[in-house]
This record gives sequence, structure tokens and C-alpha cells, in this order.
Amino acid sequence: MEQNNKKESRGRLLAQLFVSFAKIGVMTFGGGLAMLPMLERELVESKKWVTTQEILDYYAVGQCTPGIIAVNTATFVGYKKSKVLGSVVATLGMVFPSLVIISVIAAVLSNFADIPAVQHAFAGIRIAVCALIASAVIKLAKSNVKNLTQIIIAVAAFIIIAVFGASPVVVVIASAIAGLLLGKFGKKEAAEK
Amino acid sequence: MMDTLMNILTLCFEFFKTGLFAVGGGLATLPFLSEMADKYPWFTHEQLADMIAVSESTPGPIGVNMATYVGFRVCGIPGSVLATLSLVLPSLIIIVIVAKMMNKYMSNKYVQWAFSGLRPAVTGLIAAAGWSVVELALLDLTDFNIARFWEAINIPAVIIFAVVLFLAQFKKTKKLHPIVFIGACAVLGILLKL
Repeated sequence: MEQNNKKESRGRLLAQLFVSFAKIGVMTFGGGLAMLPMLERELVESKKWVTTQEILDYYAVGQCTPGIIAVNTATFVGYKKSKVLGSVVATLGMVFPSLVIISVIAAVLSNFADIPAVQHAFAGIRIAVCALIASAVIKLAKSNVKNLTQIIIAVAAFIIIAVFGASPVVVVIASAIAGLLLGKFGKKEAAEK
Repeated sequence: MMDTLMNILTLCFEFFKTGLFAVGGGLATLPFLSEMADKYPWFTHEQLADMIAVSESTPGPIGVNMATYVGFRVCGIPGSVLATLSLVLPSLIIIVIVAKMMNKYMSNKYVQWAFSGLRPAVTGLIAAAGWSVVELALLDLTDFNIARFWEAINIPAVIIFAVVLFLAQFKKTKKLHPIVFIGACAVLGILLKL
């Protein structure tokens, strides 16, 4: 009997994890730091699953581990509440709304993409996208590219990709190794972020 | 049949790779998608730029939206589901491991050193991916002539670019949702027949 109750409450918890993260997935545009208020409202205030400090820690780790930060946060919270199964369910909840919405849009777009007005609209939209990416790069550069070593690494990464067309994987691995070597043998200033 | 299967496998592999190597979230998946546009016939750089706009104006993390969108373009609903799952699988595995030893991981000096190199590099990577959109939206390189390079510059586009970039940085307007800029530029595109 007790076994059954336990099973049932875990089932309910998993369902709640899925629904909560699906809700967060629906209500955040763009992801990243923009979704922090949503996470707080749903996970800290409403469900009381984690504290704000924990969410910030998850963010910090999410920023330093591969993958999408929003998804990583979902995995973390899911794991905390219900181990591996919880992390899987929370992650699936997080991606579920995008999966549905984007599939619908993709289906519609491929039919509409030949209309001239749509093409003009997207020509305009591409300009906005350029500006938004440029703006994101400026913000990133302000916090990550400050001293000479960092400028050299950033410019080298840009040239290797934009001019030589190498794979980003190469740059990710090489820059991590460069960071390790600078930390081990370089001047102290270079290793500090 | 075999072709579709191979396509799906390649798709899964590419997004698994993206999920494994895209560090830092947000636009960090962009360089990998840009590489896919070069390597596979799945989508062009133009379609990628359109995808970014669609992702920025719909809910959900951009990386997930991109995976769904690309997957759908390659082979419909199964493609969108598989690409998305492949994208989140590596981080799911890694985060579960990290969650077990959270504090140790972040304070480890080797991890910190590696990230001191990674962070500026990721900035450069995203800039490079942005450059491929710039070539598309602001320049016309079809019959590029170095002696008359200015003819390649799409002047109205550059002006709109400068205005949007300014607004995205300006204190009073930078909190505006990206969808505002995207919507405004879509209207301008139709009005000016860009």
C-alpha cells in the first residue's frame, strides 16, 4: 500500500515537472537571462522546488557546460526533485512547446515562402537579425573580451571561422586548451577572466 | 528509404555534436548551424537567417527552436523531434553528472582556466556567424568588383541595420523585445521592397 502511494506521488511530481517546464517554455522568448523572472515565479514562488540562489548557481554552471542554458536549468531542477527520471521529464517539458509551435510555423512557412511580400518581409527581418546578433556580440565582448589575451583569442576565433571556414568544434577545443595552458604557464593576469 | 535514414542519422549526429560543443547558450548554436548550411543541402544561409528571426519571435530557447525548425525542413515531424532530442541529449547526460558534484566542478581551477579561454573564443565564434548574415543582408556580392566595392553595399539595409543596432544598445530602448525590431523591419522590408 505504502509502495503504491510512493509510486503515485512520484508520478504526480513527474507530471508537475513536465507541466511547469512546459509553461516556462511557452512564456519565454529568446531564452537566456530573459527567462530568469519566469523561472523564479514558477519554481521558487509557486512550486517552492528551489531557491533563487540555486537557480543562479544552475545558471552559472549552465553557462560553463555544453548545451542550452534553459534546458540545462530544467535538467538540474528535475534531477534535484526526482533524480535521472525527473531530469529527463523536466527537459522534455521544456522543449515540448517549441517542438509543437516551431513545427507548425515551419509547415506554414514552407508554403508561404514563395510569396513576394513574404520575401520582402524576410529581407527586412534579416537586417534586424544582423543588428540583434551584432548587439549580442557587443554585450558578450563587454564582459568576456577585456584584456589583450582575450582580444587575441576572440579575433583568432573569428578569423579561423570567417576567413578559413574551419569547424567551430576546432575553435572550442583549441581555446579550452589555450585557456588551460595560459592558466598553467601564463601570467596571472591572462588567466583571470 | 536508405537515403532518408542516412539523412536522419546525419541530422541526429550533427545536432548531438552541436549540443555537445555549443557552450554558453543562446546564439552559441549559431556557428554550428552556419557550418551545417555549408556542408549539407538542408538549408541555405538565407533560410538560416529566417530561422533566427522565427526563433527570436516565438517562445522557447533559440537552440531548441533552431533544431526543431531544421529537423522539420529535413524530414518533417520525425526530423523535428529527433533533431531536438539529439540536441538536448549531451547536456542532459552532462548536467546529470555535474549535478552530482556541482560545487567541486565550478571551483576546480582547471575548469576555470579552460573557461577563461573559451569565453572570448565563443564571442569570436558568434561574431563570425553574424558575419555570414551580414554578407547576406547588407552586401550584394554577386558581381563583386574590388575597384567599385561600394556598389556591393546595400545602403538602405545598412541604414536600417545601424538604427536597429543603436536602438538595441540604447538604454531606453534596449529592453524592447526583439520581436518589436523584427516586426518593424518586416514591415519596412515590405514597404521598401528590400
